[in-house]
Amino acid sequence: MSRIYLDHAATTPMHPEVIQVMADFMQQYFGNPSSIHAFGRESRRIVDEARTTAARAINAEFNEIVFTSGGTEADNLALIGTALANQDRGKHIITTQIEHHAVLKTCEFLEKEGFEVTYLPVDKNGIVSLQSLRDSLRDDTILVSIMYANNEIGTIQPIAEIGKILKDYPAYFHTDAVQAFGVLPIDVRKLGVDLLSVSAHKFNGPKGIGFLYIKDGVRILPTLYGGEQERKRRAGTENVAAIVGMQRAIELSLENQEEKYQFYTRLREQFIAALKQENIPFKINGAGTGQLPHILNIHFPGVEVEAMLVNLDLAGIAASSGSACTAGSLEPSHVLNAVCGENAPEIYESIRFSFGYGNTPDEIQEAAKKTADIVRRLAR
Amino acid sequence: MKDPKDTRVVVGMSGGVDSSVTAYLLKKQGYDVIGIFMKNWDDTDEFGVCTATQDYEDVIRVCNQIGIPYYAVNFEKEYWDKVFTYFLDEYKQGRTPNPDVVCNKEIKFNAFLDHAMKLGADYIATGHYAQVKEVDGEVKLLRGKDQNKDQTYFLNQLSQDQLKKVMFPLGGYEKKEVREIAKEAGLATANKKDSTGICFIGERNFKEFLSEYLPAQPGQMETLDGKVMGKHDGLMYYTIGQRHGLGIGGAGEPWFVCGKDLERNVLYVCQGFDNEALYSDSIIATKVNWISDRPKPSTFHCTAKFRYRQPDHGVTVTILDNHRVRVDFDAPIRAVTPGQAVVFYDGEECLGGGTIDEIYKNGERLTYVG
Repeated sequence: MSRIYLDHAATTPMHPEVIQVMADFMQQYFGNPSSIHAFGRESRRIVDEARTTAARAINAEFNEIVFTSGGTEADNLALIGTALANQDRGKHIITTQIEHHAVLKTCEFLEKEGFEVTYLPVDKNGIVSLQSLRDSLRDDTILVSIMYANNEIGTIQPIAEIGKILKDYPAYFHTDAVQAFGVLPIDVRKLGVDLLSVSAHKFNGPKGIGFLYIKDGVRILPTLYGGEQERKRRAGTENVAAIVGMQRAIELSLENQEEKYQFYTRLREQFIAALKQENIPFKINGAGTGQLPHILNIHFPGVEVEAMLVNLDLAGIAASSGSACTAGSLEPSHVLNAVCGENAPEIYESIRFSFGYGNTPDEIQEAAKKTADIVRRLAR
Repeated sequence: MKDPKDTRVVVGMSGGVDSSVTAYLLKKQGYDVIGIFMKNWDDTDEFGVCTATQDYEDVIRVCNQIGIPYYAVNFEKEYWDKVFTYFLDEYKQGRTPNPDVVCNKEIKFNAFLDHAMKLGADYIATGHYAQVKEVDGEVKLLRGKDQNKDQTYFLNQLSQDQLKKVMFPLGGYEKKEVREIAKEAGLATANKKDSTGICFIGERNFKEFLSEYLPAQPGQMETLDGKVMGKHDGLMYYTIGQRHGLGIGGAGEPWFVCGKDLERNVLYVCQGFDNEALYSDSIIATKVNWISDRPKPSTFHCTAKFRYRQPDHGVTVTILDNHRVRVDFDAPIRAVTPGQAVVFYDGEECLGGGTIDEIYKNGERLTYVG
């Protein structure tokens, strides 16, 4: 049975060129970038080149990039690091109800540490209201963290407009761009953000590597202590091979970015059209303007998500639900909860399909057909 | 019957050695096997530790060793509604419930069976020590080969519809053979300790657990003729025939629980293992289920168990109505307890069973027991 991978929002396959540069690097180099000898200097040069690539990709400066173990660590560092460094100015943080858990659980932790967090609601398209943001801003607000694009439903937040609003406030502005980077062009100056998180495995890079953009001058404390790597903002010997892989993945993501955007949009539209042709009832969650082209979250009325996902897998189709299902604890998706309302059927009957590098129109057609067959079989 | 490779069997996997070997044996026989972990109870503590998470990790390891797909399904709501509320209700009435019987009827062989069918299953399988055999177009439920582990007692409420879709691959094995198979195959759970007690309580203190859900009302401990012997911590903590935890010292034979008076909140105790007050000679059972759908004589002789792992006793069953029977014992039996299951056997065959409801001796109902 051929397998079709439609879960690129969870992770993506590494690009062959990424694997190649990593393998080449590991064959030739092993030095510790902090060492003073020639072995170390080789590695240091390579890390710094990658840093330059990452900085250019988002129109940042070389010294504004901190490599991390991925998106989760970048979010943790952004939130905990700025909260602890700026608590003399205030202890209020604003975020949204639909952030990734890497932000939400960190906020919960900060609440236990005495910080106050405001969780902004979103409308039925999953967009945060600028007015509610303005209303929530206070003198003691030290940080606003609003994700660039949502990982479950793909809605894109008005980051540039939020950046404009926040220009007049002392609060720092962090955005989790883990799902958006690689698909959308990002310019931190135009957006007006102070901190921005990126993870390599979401755009055909290796797992276990990402970076946090920290605007020059932002007051931040480290969350990992030890050596003096990353200008004392992130201790620990650099994962150099992964950094090299991420560098290549960044370069590849920027090549023909517009064309790829159009390609994903076509795949998405093709999938929707094929489902319509199959004549099964469905509705797109968060449908509206401004969505990532490669994420499609669909509500199939009367089709329970647990059985649906297993059936899709048994049919060779990899998709997922926003609801984390570890050890059978089906935690209802907080995103669909915020978008569709508490206990809405969407929460228990929605599947996320996400497209990416390697998908073909034939695959999309076949996946839609199999999905429709399963929906017909399971619908109550 | 279809070829094994075209026969999909969904195995209920707990992370224990029995269900691991169940999946392993089926896979070896060439079936299309899928492992499913059922999460029925959430016991996450303040540090986020949950036994289900650890058990599911074991399921994942074993399934990857065997080479079968694995998934999890959540039945917390069903379990709470169907099993746990029953469990609490019975305790409130001073009885000793058997949640495993209800769990099999409502969860494993109902909610889980339905879920498996949605995944295209031809059969479900579990690690129960029991056997099913089709005879003349009917499925018979037979005791497991390992008489010491036989679990038909807990399966007495199953119907033909359920049993037709069930496989018990361990039915023909001894427990120690199952351990050996697991060890030989190198399964990650080969040396895992068997779980004991009621699943949702696990290794925790039973009294403490129950007190989180039901208010405990301490009261007097008396003999049947009214002599006060001490205090009890709450009637729900005691079951008929129980010896430990009474705190009655002194000379002579040990003391045992022989009854409860809910109205007066009194626990009755008696002295001596073979005290007459602990014996009864007939019962009325309710919620009776017969495995076979075929008509039965209105009265017949067979054997019965009144609790798990008890030896069989000769009894005469008289059918009163659809789900009620009278059971007359060949000889008086000690510590028959309301709320527990009475399960009937004809040789190796499990005929069905019900819930022990009323207890009688010499034609008189023993109101202090049930």
